Amino acid sequence: MALSEAQSVGADPERPERSGVELSGAEIVIQALADEGVEFVFGYPGGAVLHIYDALFRQESVKHILVRHEQGASHAADGYARATGKCGVCLVTSGPGATNAVTGIATAYMDSIPMVILTGQVPTPVIGSDAFQEVDTVGITRPCVKHNFLVKDVRDLAVTIRKAFYIAMSGRPGPVVVDIPKDVTDPNIKIPYDYPRDVKMRSYNPVLKGHPGQIRKAVDLILQAKRPVFYTGGGVVLGEASAQLTDFVRTTGFPVTSTLMGLGAYPMTDPQFIGMLGMHGTYEANMAMHETDVLIAIGARFDDRVTGKIEHFCPHAKIIHVDVDPSSISKNVKVHVPIVGQVANVLADMLKLYRELAPRSDEQPVAAWWTKIAEWRGVDCLQYDRNSAAIKPQFAVETLYKVTDGDLYLTSDVGQHQMFAAQFYPFDKPRRWINSGGLGTMGFGLPAAMGVQLAFPDAQVACISGEASILMCIQELATCLQYGLPVKVILLNNGYMGMVRQWQEFFYESRYSNSYVDALPDFVKLAESFGHVGMRVDRPADLEAAMTEAFAMKNRLVFMDVIVDPTENVYPMIAAGKGHHEMHLAPSLSDRELA
Amino acid sequence: MRHIIAVLLENEAGALSRVAGLFSARGYNIESLTVAPTDDPTLSRMTLVTTGNDDVVEQIKKQLNKLIDTVKLLDLSEGPHIEREMMMIKVRAERQDREELKRLTEIFRAKIIDVTDTSYVIELTGASKKLDAFIGAVPEGLIVEVVRSGPTGISRGDKGLTI
Repeated sequence: MALSEAQSVGADPERPERSGVELSGAEIVIQALADEGVEFVFGYPGGAVLHIYDALFRQESVKHILVRHEQGASHAADGYARATGKCGVCLVTSGPGATNAVTGIATAYMDSIPMVILTGQVPTPVIGSDAFQEVDTVGITRPCVKHNFLVKDVRDLAVTIRKAFYIAMSGRPGPVVVDIPKDVTDPNIKIPYDYPRDVKMRSYNPVLKGHPGQIRKAVDLILQAKRPVFYTGGGVVLGEASAQLTDFVRTTGFPVTSTLMGLGAYPMTDPQFIGMLGMHGTYEANMAMHETDVLIAIGARFDDRVTGKIEHFCPHAKIIHVDVDPSSISKNVKVHVPIVGQVANVLADMLKLYRELAPRSDEQPVAAWWTKIAEWRGVDCLQYDRNSAAIKPQFAVETLYKVTDGDLYLTSDVGQHQMFAAQFYPFDKPRRWINSGGLGTMGFGLPAAMGVQLAFPDAQVACISGEASILMCIQELATCLQYGLPVKVILLNNGYMGMVRQWQEFFYESRYSNSYVDALPDFVKLAESFGHVGMRVDRPADLEAAMTEAFAMKNRLVFMDVIVDPTENVYPMIAAGKGHHEMHLAPSLSDRELA
Repeated sequence: MRHIIAVLLENEAGALSRVAGLFSARGYNIESLTVAPTDDPTLSRMTLVTTGNDDVVEQIKKQLNKLIDTVKLLDLSEGPHIEREMMMIKVRAERQDREELKRLTEIFRAKIIDVTDTSYVIELTGASKKLDAFIGAVPEGLIVEVVRSGPTGISRGDKGLTI
């Protein structure tokens, strides 16, 4: 995606060169990270990486963050990467260290997040002998990485690490595992160190620019469109194409919708933004998708949570699809004008051509279409009961927005709270909304927030979660204390695995099989026992003051246990296997005659 | 439709398992897969035979290209090409069957490459269909063992799949 040539190919030019010196494998690992400009390594020591940890101890340029579980390391590195656009780095030991990290690696893979994961391995002579803490890490991670390496010779170490960063950051980004047997890091074997500045791979050449002929076809279609929609995804965020997208959307005057992963790439408070689309998207966004005649898909992958039933997807549309990954194109939905290239480049080229070809006129080119969209907007599909005696989760998110002034890095776990946050917290900037979209990993939010807070120590960082998700990586509260990370945990506590309960209510006649969490800890005391501040709020009237108080504690992690209405559901909802026009609306709306 | 896809891969450990893993993970059909180093020892050439409609085969090719170890790929079925598979077949060869099997070997331009008092090993090269036909022609009950290499292929004309 839109990484500049210098960033993607060369190592950090600011770093002093250390070529020629003799280093051990362990020292090479750490020096290579320093030469890549790595600030933080998230990790956990163990037998196979002890040489590397010793090298880490004897230097100061790379800071190690000791997590409490390797899953936390991979999520924290992921959160850091999502918020900064840089490569996240983890270091874990062999066997269980590597397997624990796999959930985080798969999470990063599904959302195309650049990460390098260094895993220890048993010494090369005993590989394959079922040695202590041995697993086939390269085999286990193969289906959930962009690429992986096993380094069997210390002389290959520096160049392999360089390749790993290059592959992780270029093209469609993704996690890369480098598996390093213990003997390769032997402190007694020293070789001359020379970190390669450039890397060239004959088998890997990501496309940068879009094909001019295809761009011309796309712009011709856009110029004829009567009911166009921009459908944008995580690729716009990853490809640093937010400015180019915003320019293009504003110049055309077209409506724009976004996937869960793309939120914030176009300012969500702008009137041209018609809300998120898909399973829990807005009525206006999904209806616009159903009626559109020209769909302009940018850095999005036509995921099943977005398309609904493929047969009903955009039945009237010609589809333009811009993506850096050729295999994303026509994978789920056949498109008419595919353009392979980095989205920032392609958007800039499209806009330039559009400006040349568009007729000069003061008239809104798609005024009738906007009238239709205004009718759909009038349905007010996100309305909820504002007079409820219990705290509504939607109200909690709106209060969070108010208290943080819209200026927040918000990480999320997975479930209802994730959808409420996506619907009710309008992000105006990219890289502010950080959640596991593709894999849907519960437990992601808290460690991801650590990565974000480390990257931006002075920024407001919150993790929105549920009482089920938070317990999956709760141990990271200790990491937050150790490094003084003042994350605000906003726990929407409804006692249920809310999204599971919602599906059981809708599709299993309210048989709530194992979705009620019967024995919850006292979260206030739990936070306190970890050395943090705990708060509990159960009345709507108290929420704003409590949140204000929490965010005023600049140097403390505050864990807010917000008791919310256990029966609230996420609307609108498109049931699995239904089309965009077949949304369930909130019960208060379902009797209404819809446009 | 049946497609024969030739792939040049980096001759790295694990390259083969990446391809095999891709097919199983994404649920693609794979009929056969052969791989060996080329004249350039840093490159392996793989031939795989798969079936699927045009959209599926298009995805298979894109996913293969996406593998970091893939250097180049060619769908041989898209143009004129030659397909060859090698088979060794061990047959029971006693009394009057010995003559019958020898005649069959001549008709198919195969070779008998091992002989005992009671058996032959016959070697045959050709398109997969020819091999199928030979197996069909061997009188019932005489086949002891069949080993096939899986098809490999090369395009006709002067252009080659090289880097």
